[in-house]
Amino acid sequence: MSRDELNIKDNTSLFKEERYVQQRENKKQFEAPCSEKETAEALAYSKSAEYMEKNFSRQNVVINPHKACQPLGSVMAALGFEKTLPFVHGSQGCNAYFRSHLSRHFKEPTPSVSTSMTEDAAVFGGMNNLIDGLENSVALYKPEMVAICTTCMAEVIGDDLNSFIGNARIKGVISEEYPVAYCNTPSFVGSHITGYDAMIKGILSYLYTRSGIESKPGSGAESGEKLNVMLGFEPYTGNFAELRKILGAFDTKYTLLGDHSGNYDSPATGEYEYYYGGTKLADVPQAANALATLSLQKYTLKKTQEYISGTWNQQLAALSTPLGIKGTDTLLATISELTGLPIPAVLTEERGRVVDALMDSHPYLHGKRVALVGDPDLLIGLIGFCLETGMEPVHIICSNGDVDFNEVKFKDEAEALLAASPYGTEATVHVGKDLWHMRSLLLNDKVDLAIGSSHLKFAAKDAEVPLVRVGFPIFDRHHMHRYPIIGYQGTLNLLSLIVNTILQQLDDHNSGFNFELVR
Amino acid sequence: MGLSIEENQKLVEEILEAYPKKARKDREKHFQVADEKAIDCSTCAVKSNIKSRPGVMTPRGCAYAGSKGVVWGPIKDMVHISHGPVGCGQYSWGSRRNFANGTLGIDNFTAMQITSDFQETDIVFGGDKKLAVIMREITEMFPLAKGISVQSECPVGLIGDDIEAVSKKMSKELAMPIVPVRCEGFRGVSQSLGHHIANDAIRDFVMGRAELAETGPYDVNIIGDYNIGGDAWASRILLEEMGLRVIAQWSGDGSLNELEIAHKAKLNLIHCHRSMNYMVDHMEKAYGIPWLEYNFFGPTKTYESLRAIAALFDATIQENCEQMIARYKPVMDAVIRKYRPRLENKTVMLMIGGLRSRHTIGAYEDLGMDIVASGYEFAHKDDYEKMLPMLAEGTIVMDDPTAYELEEITKKMNIDLVGSGVKEKYVYHKMGVPFRQMHSWDYSGPYHGFDGFKVFAKDMDMTVNSPVWDLVSRKGTMEPKEAGV
Repeated sequence: MSRDELNIKDNTSLFKEERYVQQRENKKQFEAPCSEKETAEALAYSKSAEYMEKNFSRQNVVINPHKACQPLGSVMAALGFEKTLPFVHGSQGCNAYFRSHLSRHFKEPTPSVSTSMTEDAAVFGGMNNLIDGLENSVALYKPEMVAICTTCMAEVIGDDLNSFIGNARIKGVISEEYPVAYCNTPSFVGSHITGYDAMIKGILSYLYTRSGIESKPGSGAESGEKLNVMLGFEPYTGNFAELRKILGAFDTKYTLLGDHSGNYDSPATGEYEYYYGGTKLADVPQAANALATLSLQKYTLKKTQEYISGTWNQQLAALSTPLGIKGTDTLLATISELTGLPIPAVLTEERGRVVDALMDSHPYLHGKRVALVGDPDLLIGLIGFCLETGMEPVHIICSNGDVDFNEVKFKDEAEALLAASPYGTEATVHVGKDLWHMRSLLLNDKVDLAIGSSHLKFAAKDAEVPLVRVGFPIFDRHHMHRYPIIGYQGTLNLLSLIVNTILQQLDDHNSGFNFELVR
Repeated sequence: MGLSIEENQKLVEEILEAYPKKARKDREKHFQVADEKAIDCSTCAVKSNIKSRPGVMTPRGCAYAGSKGVVWGPIKDMVHISHGPVGCGQYSWGSRRNFANGTLGIDNFTAMQITSDFQETDIVFGGDKKLAVIMREITEMFPLAKGISVQSECPVGLIGDDIEAVSKKMSKELAMPIVPVRCEGFRGVSQSLGHHIANDAIRDFVMGRAELAETGPYDVNIIGDYNIGGDAWASRILLEEMGLRVIAQWSGDGSLNELEIAHKAKLNLIHCHRSMNYMVDHMEKAYGIPWLEYNFFGPTKTYESLRAIAALFDATIQENCEQMIARYKPVMDAVIRKYRPRLENKTVMLMIGGLRSRHTIGAYEDLGMDIVASGYEFAHKDDYEKMLPMLAEGTIVMDDPTAYELEEITKKMNIDLVGSGVKEKYVYHKMGVPFRQMHSWDYSGPYHGFDGFKVFAKDMDMTVNSPVWDLVSRKGTMEPKEAGV
């Protein structure tokens, strides 16, 4: 019997069968549903200007926010270091959520442990959990470093990580020398990017301090000519590869501070290891002697940058995600400036090829009205890319955009960037708003394209706007994170995604005489 | 390694040697190798429903996950506030695939994340005032919402907010049921307490609050089916075809009214006994409604269950049941004829929540597959007592197994298929071991009922026999990966 004869239907088609349609109708008598009229009216109302006004005047309820909580970022940060085990101090459900969430995005395992605090820890504190947890996790998963972050529970009851870790050493469950970095990451402050920053700063400062090295930027045979580079809360493993390619072309030595690309893009070899790649622990103190540090997510890495320029007395160049031609130009100019090396011809050539591609595609992009959602640094990059292609950003939402760096707020920078271009005049930047606000915006002031994470798919569908998935998390498409979106190559990838989405839309809408072969 | 009792006992001991003394002593209690005695009289020695060891990769979640993620979240016409910081609601947003009919954001609020997004000031001054405002705003934003539940996250309990008082006051003001649920994540040892707390809240705040216009002799409830990938629909269709009338479906594709009228049923049919046994026990005591645990995974168990259900009704229903089985059996036989030869004697390790590790055994057996290790994330003693008689001698039974234990068992037992969750999935991909995500059917489904079994069989074949597993080149033939510079 062939597969067809068995007529196997899964949920994509099964429930469209008449018997299931009938079932659905029949079930309604027990649901006491609103009438079809009521539902239709409520739907129409939800799309109205009146509703949008109400939506924007709500003060307290948050609906479909585009942010996660601090410790999620800390787990990702910890996985950026060689043989480092993320360790979440609090109730175990948080850790299960972080592991699932990150795994759903990267389609990779997320090794991370928790102290499994329960009611008794809520009353007496979680010290015993932390001590037992260190003993167990070191024995089982054999990390070379443990990186502890807190959850809201541990923060509310005021657990003192430093003294708990000290007591674990006194009790002998870990040796005096065993490296345990930590940071405080209350979930009720900031978002996942704040937690990423806290853990990077926690690890850098911890490994540097304990090394006894005194920073002398630009000194030391090993590290004198090196550059430190930080990508930040980076959902694209492809971006690490692209950056390596660029730095390799410059022929500069460098240290990536926080490189989780190994853990989130590891090979299937028949054997699982808990740790893949990551910044070498020994390279961290040496990084204090580097020439300079280049940060590619300045809003995300706020405290880490302050630490590096303050304690390591290092020159710091802080950019946002280098997207688009101009964004990449800035990146290359900055690397050139920091290292004194010329911009490699191979990259200039690549630039030319990508500009050529942008020219080829510009008629389909020009004047396209775009809605954008994402983390602050990604949005700065995306806005820049849109403006240089002639696309017009219209609605921009940044749920966790209430951040500043060197006293410049994200919103101000974004608005200045938009104001400087004739293509940015229609844009409004909404900080602290959520995707339910975006739904109203999409329905009331139509755009051609939405760019954002998978969570934006609901609003985009309601407004019948095609969604190009960029950012974090991307749950419902495969392998997007493996392709870079930074650098010239990343710009080409982003361009292909966007222009082909638009061309697909043309095909979906056209038929007959204008169902065209050549474009 | 096969199913030798002694060998597997030794294997478990070897694996546990990696633990420090204290943790090892604890973990030992969570294993049992099925022997004749345990199977026959199901003398279950497995310790369960006790704390996970700190510092191990436990598969478990928390009470909030049990209440909001499992029980309350799928009630579609109520708005469920994730009350506390932003994370919990964000992580549980849409990830469990509880299908529900309706218009999202209008009369269906399942795949949404509605949160009070606690800030530092809320921790200092409390979130009660804000909560009241949020409830008013919800009625403004979602005028068709039938009710609200407050799913409390860790800090809410720790700072002593009185969500009960706010809910009571606002329930009056807004004239709708508002249900406070004390499911803070630090409560209890796993999701399981969250189920219990959620059930208690249903009992205390909604049960028995509405009437059914006309009751009938064949009125039943589906309890403990979360409609993952449409499971409850594939189950309901069989009960209705048999002549029963399903008046309430908990809680996949469920509605407030169904929670409120369920006490009028003549029989409760419970699928996930672990998460909703509290409910059927209560309804038996309070309303005299008998209940029956059923299993719609795989034709053998489905036939058995359908007949057991029919036996509680009259000859008409029994006759309908037999006719229905006769109608479906040839199709089920054809599915087995096609897939069994491809799956015969393949070994399976399961580690799922609190029901499926037991309920799916029959479906695997229908396909000729052998369960050699099976465990639960958050089961209780009764789950193990029910599971043991279903197992072959030598099967390893494990409670709350850690990632390390699962990986070691897989390596040492030559497992052909692992069924577990997303946290485990990609580990097995690295290992080159066929894996199926059995919490959410790996984005497929349904798996319940006759329509579901076809999908189940196809998916298991697709997984076990995919040529991709043969592409895994063993370590050593690969260049070591260089990180950084």
